[in-house]
Amino acid sequence: MRALTWHGKHNVQVDTVPDPQIINPRDAIIRITATAICGSDLHLYDSYIPGMSNGDILGHEFMGVVEEVGRGNTSLRKGDRVVVPFVIACGQCFFCEKSMPAACDNSNPADKADATEIAYGQSVAGLFGYSHLTGGYAGGQAEYARVPYSDYGPIKIPEGVEDERVLFLSDIFPTGWMAAENCQIEPGDTVAVWGCGPVGLFAIKSALLQGAGRVIAIDHHPNRLALARANGAEILDYHEVKVREALLEMTAGLGPDSCIDAVGMEAHGFSPDNVVDAIKTTTRIGTDRTHVLRETIMAVRKGGTVSVPGVYGGMADKWPVGAFMEKGLTLKTGQTHVQRYLPRLLEMILEGRIDTTDLISHRLPLERAADGYKNFKENQNEWTKVVLLPGLT
Amino acid sequence: MPQTSIQTSTATPAGPDTPVTDAVVEPTAFLDRDLHEGDYGSDSVRAVLINRPRDALYAYWRDFRNLPTFMETLNEVRVSDTRQSTWIVEGPGGGDVELTSEITEDRAGEYIAWRAAEGSDIDHEGWIGFRDNAFGRGTEVRLFISYDPPAGVVGKVVAKVLQREPRIQARRELRRFKQLMETGEVSTSRAPDAAPRGPRHL
Repeated sequence: MRALTWHGKHNVQVDTVPDPQIINPRDAIIRITATAICGSDLHLYDSYIPGMSNGDILGHEFMGVVEEVGRGNTSLRKGDRVVVPFVIACGQCFFCEKSMPAACDNSNPADKADATEIAYGQSVAGLFGYSHLTGGYAGGQAEYARVPYSDYGPIKIPEGVEDERVLFLSDIFPTGWMAAENCQIEPGDTVAVWGCGPVGLFAIKSALLQGAGRVIAIDHHPNRLALARANGAEILDYHEVKVREALLEMTAGLGPDSCIDAVGMEAHGFSPDNVVDAIKTTTRIGTDRTHVLRETIMAVRKGGTVSVPGVYGGMADKWPVGAFMEKGLTLKTGQTHVQRYLPRLLEMILEGRIDTTDLISHRLPLERAADGYKNFKENQNEWTKVVLLPGLT
Repeated sequence: MPQTSIQTSTATPAGPDTPVTDAVVEPTAFLDRDLHEGDYGSDSVRAVLINRPRDALYAYWRDFRNLPTFMETLNEVRVSDTRQSTWIVEGPGGGDVELTSEITEDRAGEYIAWRAAEGSDIDHEGWIGFRDNAFGRGTEVRLFISYDPPAGVVGKVVAKVLQREPRIQARRELRRFKQLMETGEVSTSRAPDAAPRGPRHL
């Protein structure tokens, strides 16, 4: 089959690779009909996340048609249309039973889990198309993918619903939703969202749906800010204002009730060596790369919540622990518990309560995936979200 | 003043005859000395919580012929009688290394201990313990393994096929055991279904 593979910093290409096969009883093989490039793919593209191998198949936001199922899978059948959560989870461990699939104890293979335990203290769940720290599973920017534990994660899509309306159930919609939910929004709350990329936009939509009175979006790309405004947010261009001061002024000195860091580790550029070294030695990542995290803690009101869907990989210093403690803040983070949210969010899409397609700027054949990465990275103002279509020529 | 408050606080809790909880409160942490209890130079003890009943876990492990389903380095286990078994470990170039073990203690549902028998290629010992989690979270499983640190060319090969050292071996085997018991399968991302292991893999 054809698949987008990683070959180092800023080097991805579409190669011919072996087709996936059923290995375990609960596996399924999915023929992919639509897949997206996610902002967190850029952390791999930029070589900030360690544990990548030459030839890794990327992509974790995908959907398709079931081609084959293992003998242990009784819930899926050949021909079913499904969206696949980017988190691989077994459904049966302590964490899955607590509806925390992103903390699944079993989906990260034993040898890979070792490395994660060294880096993070405990092993974390397997993810599609990401680092070998998260399992080293082949991703979905390909014609086919093997989906482990496929009787637990994937959600069936009714006929007649276009791919684009449901594709983002795989990652960015539940991720934005959980980011907002982690803010424990009360009616009339002010929520500030750093980063108007796809996750930030979904966080904005979700915060408003969850009862926020006001959402303030922070970015510097005019197009992304325009999308945020079109979705009901007030906007701040951080090239034009001092963010914390502007937020204080807008909230009459109170500060936002909650702040969402939808930016993550690449707030400011930093060298890949730093991160690789950080994980290898479990020491630290440079100070200014947690710029947004620091800013959210400083800006949020006393007793407020900071929610972090943005991806971080290693250790940070210059952590404003004094502000964190003295202001009595709550910090909530994590890879998304995608499976927890799927039925409810699918229903919201089918009821027309949310538009999931307005952020898509480009639709490309899978063969042009490398082009998609380059532009998504370099032209973030225009390339707001890229959907790859394996069937398209 | 601090002295006084400490004395006050130690005087108030209920005495040993009036337990405040009916939970099992044996010390659960490994002490430093537990980490070196083996007869052999290289050993490891490791715990894992498995979301399955204790008896089922014991029964699966007690039939040593099941071990190769989750121990990747084991090709086969031949059970000679109720006490003795031979564990065939994958060797270099198709050659096998044989560990012959003898059960030294066996308490149903709780504990199995074994050690090297006559004729074993490697001196070794180990035990596995099963205990109900006091708070209803399944079964606590503890595995101890110890063997002579491999030496020389043959030793290096053995270390490799045994996944290099007991620490790594214990945690990987317990992880795979847990996966199999909880989900019915052992998680894998091996090629071609996953990314290949290239030179840059950490």
